[in-house]
Amino acid sequence: MIEILTSRYTYLLFAILLVIGLYMVVASSNLVKKVIGLNLFQTAIFLFFVTTAYVAESGGEQGMASIIPQDAQAYDPYASPLPHVIVLTAIVVGVALTAVALALIVRIYSEYGTLDESTLREVRADE
Amino acid sequence: MNESLLPGFIIAIPILGATLPLALGLFRQQVGWAVAAVVLALETAIATVLAYFIYVDGQRVVHALGGENYGRREGAAGGYESESFAVGIELVADALSGAMILLIATVALLVLAFSRRSGPRGNAFYSGYLLLTGGLMGVAMTGDLFNLFVFLEIVGLATYAMVASGRHASAAVAALKYLIIGTAGASLYLVGVGYLYVQTGTLNMVDVSNSLAGNPEWIDGPLYGDPLTLGAFAFIAVGLATKAAIYPLHTWQPDAYAESPDSVTIYISALVSTLSAYALARITWNVFTPEFFAATANAEWMLNGLLVLAGLSVLVGSALAAMQRRVKRMFAYSSVAQFGLIVIAIGVAVHPEAGETATQFAVYGVVIHLLAHAIIKGGLFASAGAFRAGNHATTVSDYAGLAKRRPFLSAAVAVLGFGIIGVPPTVGFIGKWYIGVGAVQAGLWAVVFVIFASTLLTLVYIARILEKLYFDYQPEDAPPHAEASDAIATDGGNADETTQSGFLGTTPSLSVGMLAVVAIATLLSVVLGFMGSELTDAVQPIADAVIENSPEVGSND
Repeated sequence: MIEILTSRYTYLLFAILLVIGLYMVVASSNLVKKVIGLNLFQTAIFLFFVTTAYVAESGGEQGMASIIPQDAQAYDPYASPLPHVIVLTAIVVGVALTAVALALIVRIYSEYGTLDESTLREVRADE
Repeated sequence: MNESLLPGFIIAIPILGATLPLALGLFRQQVGWAVAAVVLALETAIATVLAYFIYVDGQRVVHALGGENYGRREGAAGGYESESFAVGIELVADALSGAMILLIATVALLVLAFSRRSGPRGNAFYSGYLLLTGGLMGVAMTGDLFNLFVFLEIVGLATYAMVASGRHASAAVAALKYLIIGTAGASLYLVGVGYLYVQTGTLNMVDVSNSLAGNPEWIDGPLYGDPLTLGAFAFIAVGLATKAAIYPLHTWQPDAYAESPDSVTIYISALVSTLSAYALARITWNVFTPEFFAATANAEWMLNGLLVLAGLSVLVGSALAAMQRRVKRMFAYSSVAQFGLIVIAIGVAVHPEAGETATQFAVYGVVIHLLAHAIIKGGLFASAGAFRAGNHATTVSDYAGLAKRRPFLSAAVAVLGFGIIGVPPTVGFIGKWYIGVGAVQAGLWAVVFVIFASTLLTLVYIARILEKLYFDYQPEDAPPHAEASDAIATDGGNADETTQSGFLGTTPSLSVGMLAVVAIATLLSVVLGFMGSELTDAVQPIADAVIENSPEVGSND
């Protein structure tokens, strides 16, 4: 157990961040905080991908960033580049989503004058 | 011409075309519709040619993105000879995706005809429209799990923007709700993909499937019992079920359908959830394959869980639909129920209890019902839009006695309504029939009960509309239902309803394009109903692939 905690703590961090993010989306009544929770939720997944790419040690060599120099040996331990590329793409998607979400929130605020979910429900019920 | 380029073009053309309405809009106003029409006509032509290669020549058209360094190749890694693993992203047009691209191209063109008069106008809308079409084509075509996530998010982003293009701010609230739930769903799918990547080291659907089956020599036996694989399926199924609006994750869907402009409602109800359900079917059938569900008790337990949720989706969706006052919300809840049916059939096809015939019928049921639901529900929303444009009717009670004034539209609603109930000879009957027979063959009696209960519940809410339309007497000159086909909504009697429908100010009048869309949807639903054997012949390769646990949907010869 201790060994898992010390060597695999990033996986634990992934799980904790994921749950915190999802909890924020569900529990917070502020629309902006919901979007922040959503961002945290996605960031946790990015962290998971980066963690899977990491090579701690292989054949006595430390794992390196996957920037490959000219004189590299064939089986030097490099972190896998593919998950990094995936995370880059996913970050772009996440930024676009945040932008759309904030644009919608601006429109909701200018129309109803509130960012609070329960107040918003009351305002809309009155219409 | 080399047909392997077509899957690339079919995605690239609408996405590149999406920049044109905005760019040309700098020089001319109102250029968006014309650009979209040209691009989508080209798109339909490509889809038709591709469908010819798939269904007539019986080919599986594969395009490896990125040129000759990519694609399937031999290679040695870590002392093992790899057997032609994919490098890069593959686009695959087979019997399953062929049906989807034909559907997308047709619906996109028809909705464009509808939106000519009903709007929303503006070049930005048509950019979003083309982007959405390109994203949907990508979801249908891609053979790569992570690429599927990217296209799902492109579809999602474009859809949120289109839903929010309704004039009232309640559309923005609906879009935000959709965005939060939809993004959470897509992210859960991404977690599942991450697990599969950790498990197999690849993202290509065919390679993942082969690796899970333990085919490559560096993997000791099947990985089906591994908790990581089981977790991957759970995350992917929940993520895609959210996108397909399965109970209890359907809550975004009625708001999004009801608040968006009519043309957007038709488009997203016919395509967006359909493609998510398609992705779920593709991954369940071709990546995990029936062997995964037969391998361990845990996998079978998860599949049964999915069936229970889908069953609840059918019952709750139908019951809520029957209680709605507004017609668009009623049809939206009806979609929750119909996608429940489709997910049931996806599950039945891979269920360990299902024999070969049951699998075959369930696969027929899924593909035909996906097409049938898209055509019929698109047609119903188009009719609802036409009734609102022509008669300002948005609630069920507004429909009272409208059959006299709009005999054609009312007849279309009747035919399409019978289609969604599953009355022969409409195509809705064929899909539901195969789903039902598949469940009976598999001996899953609880599922059979749900399917027949759903037919009765569907009858309840369709009958409510038809009863209002045809048998409810309404005085000829009652103000809320005054003829307004040629007038902008200025008379006081309509103010109440235009506010309810979320469109203040100008309400579009009924156009020939709208009636044509309703007519074509109605005709298609009946004509396809007489083409049962042709449809099942086209779907046969998919059923064969599922029965043989093959990751590749092959040719039909």
